[in-house]
Amino acid sequence: MILLQALAFILDGQNWVSGPRILYQLGVTLSISAISVLIVVVIATPIGIAIGHTGRGRGVAILLSNVTRALPTLGLLSILIVLIGVNATPVAIVLVLLGIPPMLAGVYAGIESVNRSTIDAARAMGMTEGQIIGRVEIPLAAPLIVGGLRATTLQIVATTTVASAFAFGGFGLYLIKGLNTADYVQMAAGAILVTALCLLIDGLLAVVQRLVAPRGVPRDGADSASPKPRARASRSRATATVSPLQEGMQS
Amino acid sequence: MKRIHPRLLAAVAVTAAAGLALAGCSSSSSLGGGSGGGSGAGSITVGSAAFPENVTLAYAYGEALAAKGVTVTYKVNIGQRAAYFPALQKGEIDLIPEYAGSILSFLNKNANQKSGDEVASALDDALPKKLTALDLAPGADADSLNVTSEFSDTNKVTSIADLSKLGSVTLTANPEFETRPDGIPGLKSVYGLSNIQFQAINDSGGPATLKALLDGTVQVADIYSTTPSILDNKLVTLEDPKNLFASQQIVPILTASKAKGDVADTVNAVSKKITTKTLLQWNKRTGGDEKADPKTVATDWLKQNGFTK
Repeated sequence: MILLQALAFILDGQNWVSGPRILYQLGVTLSISAISVLIVVVIATPIGIAIGHTGRGRGVAILLSNVTRALPTLGLLSILIVLIGVNATPVAIVLVLLGIPPMLAGVYAGIESVNRSTIDAARAMGMTEGQIIGRVEIPLAAPLIVGGLRATTLQIVATTTVASAFAFGGFGLYLIKGLNTADYVQMAAGAILVTALCLLIDGLLAVVQRLVAPRGVPRDGADSASPKPRARASRSRATATVSPLQEGMQS
Repeated sequence: MKRIHPRLLAAVAVTAAAGLALAGCSSSSSLGGGSGGGSGAGSITVGSAAFPENVTLAYAYGEALAAKGVTVTYKVNIGQRAAYFPALQKGEIDLIPEYAGSILSFLNKNANQKSGDEVASALDDALPKKLTALDLAPGADADSLNVTSEFSDTNKVTSIADLSKLGSVTLTANPEFETRPDGIPGLKSVYGLSNIQFQAINDSGGPATLKALLDGTVQVADIYSTTPSILDNKLVTLEDPKNLFASQQIVPILTASKAKGDVADTVNAVSKKITTKTLLQWNKRTGGDEKADPKTVATDWLKQNGFTK
């Protein structure tokens, strides 16, 4: 019953432009998400490439990632709001902290999973390290990197709802307002809108993930068919090729 | 593997410490009721909702009655209205401190009375026969619009009506304020204010609201009138001459059969002394650095006001 009423709330075109202004809240959700994802990509991609290419620093990266994952987002946001002020900066900080671990995991797992002999062949052909990264490792790792991006984006979009508590619009406003006034139709509508938006974005990124897969390489990993482990990181690499995506998706 | 792994040990220690800390939070000394107490004319069970201000009120009424020789039993911290009101109706509690406007709208969703007197007489009609409301205290814990003292001085604003003289003004409150009849729509219809920009901060006038007000992100903030931060930061509470907000004066609700003679007189005498400032000072003691026990705060106050020795 509530679900039907919630759907009616969403399908009422008037609600998109006036009253709850769904269109405006969608814009708020998308813009803060886009900015946060962009910052995550800028920070996590180079670090992930460095870890994946050199095989060093993985332990530290995992440790730091797990620490940021353990932070309670709403609590951290409340503290930052009181320290910094009621504006977009604290919101972006918590979303970026939340988004970095899956992106980082996707990038380094992707780079690590590139077959060692492929890299050796590239080096034997006279490619510089930069060329190896740019022309061999990144293209082969692309599906896993986009996988990390997917996980990050999903987390960030879903978590923008907590920012609604602090003078930020977004779909979370319907959840909070609904809860405060026992208006469960509005709450359900908010939940449906966030879920639908997440599924839509995830679907789009899934298509991108297929498109970036290089031809001749199995889709679910750069070279999972190859039994040969990379010498310098053989143990950790084995787990990385089995579940780099899940690792990013877990939280 | 006889040795316990040090990391495991550390994890267990941290978990145990966290558990203890949580347990410590929940075992406040004011929890739980007193003992004994029959249901004769000379005995009363005092209840309260689960927040310090209401608990302090319960002890203030209860201890004043005890000083008059009434046998008082306490059942404080009983959750929300939906939990304690049935207990009141069943006679498990005989007295509970209430807030006039809130209890009225709980009993009658369509009530639109605003001023204290109107709310009080509507409350008499709305209460079940077994219950009665005694005199309203002057003090109230209601929505109140606050500005900084600098803002008040610079713009000569002391009342909600004065806001109309200004250009665009940003106001913060909980999200539902935007659509509540006594929220933004009320500011428009009652005071004719169309220059209010709304920003929702969902902490009921807590630290984030205060931060936004003090750093100028917003100029007006909805903070409950008995929140200590109003005193601490010398905020100016805007007057509400047209009663946008319904009166939330303190009103003790009693079992009608017990609200007679000495009991009624004592309760009314206590109510008379409870001002909004009294509530603010209580909340400052129970919620501030002192973390005082509500019963101690109530006892001290009764002594200062000559109810007890």
